[in-house]
Amino acid sequence: MKGYALNKMCYSFNSAANREDFKRDEDAYCMRYGLNAEQREAIRRRNVLALIAAGGNVYYLAKFAGVMGLDVQDLGAQQTGMSKDAFKSRLVAAGR
Amino acid sequence: MARIVGAITTSHVPAIGKAIARNLHDDPYWKPLFDGYPPVRRWLAQARPDVAVVFYNDHGLNFFLDKMPTFAIGAAAQYRNDDEGWGIPTVPPFPGDQRLSWHLIERLVAEEFDVTTCQEMLVDHAFTIPMALLWPGRGAWPVRTVPVCINTVQHPLPSAVRCYKLGQAIGRAIESYPEDVRVVVIGTGGLSHQLDGERAGFINKAFDIEFMERLPGDPLWAARWSVPDLVKLAGTQGIELLMWLAARGALGGEAATVHSNYHIPISNTAAGLMLMERRTA
Repeated sequence: MKGYALNKMCYSFNSAANREDFKRDEDAYCMRYGLNAEQREAIRRRNVLALIAAGGNVYYLAKFAGVMGLDVQDLGAQQTGMSKDAFKSRLVAAGR
Repeated sequence: MARIVGAITTSHVPAIGKAIARNLHDDPYWKPLFDGYPPVRRWLAQARPDVAVVFYNDHGLNFFLDKMPTFAIGAAAQYRNDDEGWGIPTVPPFPGDQRLSWHLIERLVAEEFDVTTCQEMLVDHAFTIPMALLWPGRGAWPVRTVPVCINTVQHPLPSAVRCYKLGQAIGRAIESYPEDVRVVVIGTGGLSHQLDGERAGFINKAFDIEFMERLPGDPLWAARWSVPDLVKLAGTQGIELLMWLAARGALGGEAATVHSNYHIPISNTAAGLMLMERRTA
């Protein structure tokens, strides 16, 4: 509910043309989707936990991560405060 | 009459699609995953299914939050893949089987599963990656398909029992189809993983192993938990085991594992694979 505008914007990133529009003018793009101040700030900071707190759903946030060129291990590292290598090592350790 | 030849359950981690495109099958990171599939392909070559009924969860390609069906079933002549936003290569379209789709829909609604019917439907990596793993060769799909999409995006999600019962109803519907077609049921997703929040990277090997051991003979073992409990046990995305339960339900009756594989990690996920057949004894 509270994340609807943010999720709708992230869903729009399925389209390459929309991804380009966003990169060209991030403010205008966020404005067009009606993001609130908290969501706009979380997008500006590229901060996944803040995006989730602002109502972001990970299935759509993944598309924003794509725009940023981040994979799910980058996201995992950022959210857990670990380096990417440490995060990957922890995944490997889970298999032992 | 139509016959279900078996059930296959497999992870659908997006990174697998990129690994296939880059031909990383023998790379040390990927080999333990890819090595799981040749026995299943050999089984498929023998079982010769005409149709695959695929339980999967859309990740925001076909459905958005504006309209989010709990259960949706394809009734299209063809299903296209498309850009998901983060760079996975797209694959050629999949042929549908509209007569079978409508037969399943008729029977499901008659059994009080009021599914959403989709005469146009994009299929995402959760559908395309398992297909590419089972029938490699970039797009000459040798089976017709019926996609069955289960919501895992917007809570509340359907319960484990409900997904199992949906599968059972689809199994009965397939077996009442008068045409002489051979059907393989596929459930995609899981196993334990979590992408979001402070618990990102969560994997539960003990739970996955027990789930895989129980699924053929005691499928309702996993149904003892609520969705929130399953999220705790398997992770926010590990809840995709709902698709495994639906596929197991469709297979019906007593079942046995013919082949399985399990490997940690693929991307952030514990990757699982099972091939099950009805036990006729």
